[in-house]
Amino acid sequence: MTGEVAVLGAGMHPWGKWGRSFVEYGTVAARAALDDAGMDWREVGSIVGADTVRGGYPGYVAGATIAKALGWQGARVTSVYAACASGAQAVGTARAQILGGLADVVLVVGADSAPKGFFRPAGGDRPDDPDWLRFRVLGATNPTYFGLYARRRMAVHGDTPEDFAQVKVKNSTLGALNPYARYRKRVTAEEVAASAVVADPLRLLDICATSDGGAALVLSSMEFARRRGVTEPVRIRAVSTVTPRYPNTVLDLPDIATDSAVAVEPAAETFRESIARAAYEEAGIGPDDLSLAEVYDLSTALELQWYEDLGLCGEGEAAKLLRDGVTALGGRIPVNVSGGLASFGEAVPAQAIAQVCELARQLRGEAGDRQVAGARVGISANQGLFGHGSAVIAVR
Amino acid sequence: MVAGWFTGEGDDFRLLGTRCSACTSVFFPREDVCCRNPACPGGGLREVALSRRGRVWSYTDGRYRPPSPYVSDPELPWEPYALIAVELAAERLVVLGQAVPGVTVAGLTVGMEVEVVPGVLHEDAETTWTTWHWRPTGVTA
Repeated sequence: MTGEVAVLGAGMHPWGKWGRSFVEYGTVAARAALDDAGMDWREVGSIVGADTVRGGYPGYVAGATIAKALGWQGARVTSVYAACASGAQAVGTARAQILGGLADVVLVVGADSAPKGFFRPAGGDRPDDPDWLRFRVLGATNPTYFGLYARRRMAVHGDTPEDFAQVKVKNSTLGALNPYARYRKRVTAEEVAASAVVADPLRLLDICATSDGGAALVLSSMEFARRRGVTEPVRIRAVSTVTPRYPNTVLDLPDIATDSAVAVEPAAETFRESIARAAYEEAGIGPDDLSLAEVYDLSTALELQWYEDLGLCGEGEAAKLLRDGVTALGGRIPVNVSGGLASFGEAVPAQAIAQVCELARQLRGEAGDRQVAGARVGISANQGLFGHGSAVIAVR
Repeated sequence: MVAGWFTGEGDDFRLLGTRCSACTSVFFPREDVCCRNPACPGGGLREVALSRRGRVWSYTDGRYRPPSPYVSDPELPWEPYALIAVELAAERLVVLGQAVPGVTVAGLTVGMEVEVVPGVLHEDAETTWTTWHWRPTGVTA
């Protein structure tokens, strides 16, 4: 297919609270990805950085910051910010440059040093910023939104806190097998139930932590891959970066209210559903073709929501899918075999890239103890503030 | 801080939004620049009082002190409050707000009726920051 780009290399810096600069994490991940691709940095024609806004001023120019750390070599440079979807937009930008003939090889890097505790908006009085407003006016942290979604699922679909806990049990079991994960200890349902409530009905172990981390990919044109003798690379076949459709009727971070549906009937499909659908259409595949999925489990309950939004099951059926073991390693469609954000935590600009790193490892059959047997097609899905959402489909 | 988001006292307290004169779309928080309906040619945006009552879409609480810019006294122990997302039937939108003090998640269910009432977000020696609260109907505290 002409729309495909090759994944030549994938690399990461281990997640954790390391207390170092995002530049270090990004550089380590970039060098690992270049090593994985068997490439010299000076061969890279373009670098795309996913921005952090918490690393101070250099974070706003992530592409150039990492390029300088690797050594200026004249590459084309781009920096992108799309909140939690920054990494996927970086991949999308790199792909567009390759398909548009602007570069043969692009290095994609995302890295972050997360602050302690809740994420919060940048300082100053900024009542024109919806993210500032929800904190100032309501004290509504990210976990309170996750709590609203979880409670809504309980009321509408009959999900239980025990179902949510089983997502953590599953993901921690897989994260224990991943050397890049921050948390590598298996968690029991009893431990989830014994952890403190953060935002009713969700407990500490239902909600992903904040972390430092870095991830990088080396992407190239199919022609370049062939010239390098890589005849069957993992390929990226779709990158959806869609916005919602008016009226967006699911209350979403960082908004205080939804759009009104009084003048326009809402689409049958929610924003999250449209993220996956756009990627399926671009790739010419459907959910039945998937071997695995990496989704943003910002909370355990949100992972269940993604099962339905990706079309892995019908509305309201996610908890049953989980209970039946369908999304566990060895099941029909394993979800978050990397361990997910439950095991990694959030390193915002890096995590969507890390998802694609996991897809690449799985599709190359190099995922060791957490390998999905015979993996051929993988999807990643994420959503960020302000109407950003992305899904990436990779194939082998 | 949020000028023009609410008005009135007691039973006359209302959230204020805006309504597009061309397509009737309602916006809260108020949209004063241009209508966000992509199919709308764009009309004047006029202030409108939102329905006083709605039904709980979902709810949660915050058991840990939110970070700045939320203002709270670090000297005092943290008192969690409930957050309620409320569906307003006439406007067909959902508005998030804090519950009145004393109402906890244990006293809430999805679908129950609540009404908007004036509340205090925070006060110090010089200033009282007012806000809106959601209160289950029939609760008078």
